[in-house]
Amino acid sequence: MDKYECTACGYIYDPELGDPDNGVEPGTSFADLPDDWLCPLCGVGKEDFELVEE
Amino acid sequence: MKRRIKNNVYWVGKVDWELQHFHGFEYSTHKGSTYNAYIIDEEKKVLIDTVWSPFAEEFVENLDQEVGLSSIDYIVINHGEVDHSGALPLLMKHIPDTPIYCSANAVKSLRGQYHQDWNFQVVKTGDRVSLGNGKELIFVEMPMLHWPDSMAAYLTQDNILFSNDAFGQHLATDHLFNDQVDQCDLFNEAIKYYANILNPFSPMLKKKLEEIAALNLPIEMIATSHGVIWRDNPRQIVEKYAQWADNYQENQITIIYDTMWNGTKQLAEKIAAGIREADQEVVIKVYHLAKSDEADLITEVFKSKTVVLGSPTIYNSMLHSMAGFIQLLKQLRFKGKKAAAFGCYGWSGEAVKQMTELVEKAGFTIISEGLRSQWNPDEGAEQAAVGFGKNIATS
Ligand SMILES: [Fe+2]
Ligand SMILES: [Fe+2]
Repeated sequence: MDKYECTACGYIYDPELGDPDNGVEPGTSFADLPDDWLCPLCGVGKEDFELVEE
Repeated sequence: MKRRIKNNVYWVGKVDWELQHFHGFEYSTHKGSTYNAYIIDEEKKVLIDTVWSPFAEEFVENLDQEVGLSSIDYIVINHGEVDHSGALPLLMKHIPDTPIYCSANAVKSLRGQYHQDWNFQVVKTGDRVSLGNGKELIFVEMPMLHWPDSMAAYLTQDNILFSNDAFGQHLATDHLFNDQVDQCDLFNEAIKYYANILNPFSPMLKKKLEEIAALNLPIEMIATSHGVIWRDNPRQIVEKYAQWADNYQENQITIIYDTMWNGTKQLAEKIAAGIREADQEVVIKVYHLAKSDEADLITEVFKSKTVVLGSPTIYNSMLHSMAGFIQLLKQLRFKGKKAAAFGCYGWSGEAVKQMTELVEKAGFTIISEGLRSQWNPDEGAEQAAVGFGKNIATS
């Protein structure tokens, strides 16, 4: 599954890890994150994330 | 003036005795501040951080006299904010090719502010640079503590952590070290700094403290970028940060109100009386918002388990001072705190409901529907305010 990077602070959303601190189970794809999910590091919304090309 | 902090490490910063406001006018600095920059003088000569831009000329001149600009081998910029990077543009005019070690995000913040393409050397957590004489600098990224670009640098053998803004205090002092200053001043400024600048990032801070602890670095000194250097038991401030990052509160209830003709003020005092009747121990503090310093109020909120907010209703709205203050509460992301609202009104009384909704959105747990009182409080309304206070004390 694709990783996404926060363009504001550089945080990488890794679907394998999810974001358990904020109720997102490991294995959740970026697309399946709730619309109101925020960057756990700097607080910006999903629209400020970009696909990480590997 | 260059001052030795340990072996071949020197402070080359600036004491700003007259600073009264920081971050524009967002943060009051009643006791001034310092911008700490350091020189490590081993086989390689390293400058760590600079000072705020108004002091650039003085800083660079001093650095040239004391150290010699052309002898600087590396520059480390732990954080791109102008209070620490402000002397870079002038300095780099003199030594344009000197490598600047910083995080990837600092390249963005420095380019974004100064529009210069300096010789950036991007470092990540765990990267090392050798300074000769067996000493190394190890870098630790500290994203969002408090900017995306923030990092710390650790000097081996001397065991100094250059932590930049973390563990700092806005405290102007001619002494360099924590054991040399008034301890009340020191901790008042340290907690105010945490509450106003670092609180939103408490969850990250907790993790970062664990990560740093796991590195098992024998930290003997924490050299911050503001205020004193922690040399006497530097653990004490790390332990404080661990407490402060963990939904900190004391046994305190803070009442913050604004008022037009003192009706809401009258309620505030009766609420305080009610809280005291129900609880002899709790610390109660009462502040008139419009007459208070907001950064100091934030420190009081940080210490509180419950905040009680008061505003009269004007033209179907709370006073704008209160709306601004609740926005500040929201941006600082307090957790685990309770709130309730109150206020007087003449013909329409929307403010209490509005304050309650906003402060709930700001992350506070609402413990009461709120207290409204029409026109000036009479004896019955005063009794209701006392009862409201008792209820707050016990919920
Ligand atoms: Fe800063
Ligand atoms: Fe700073």
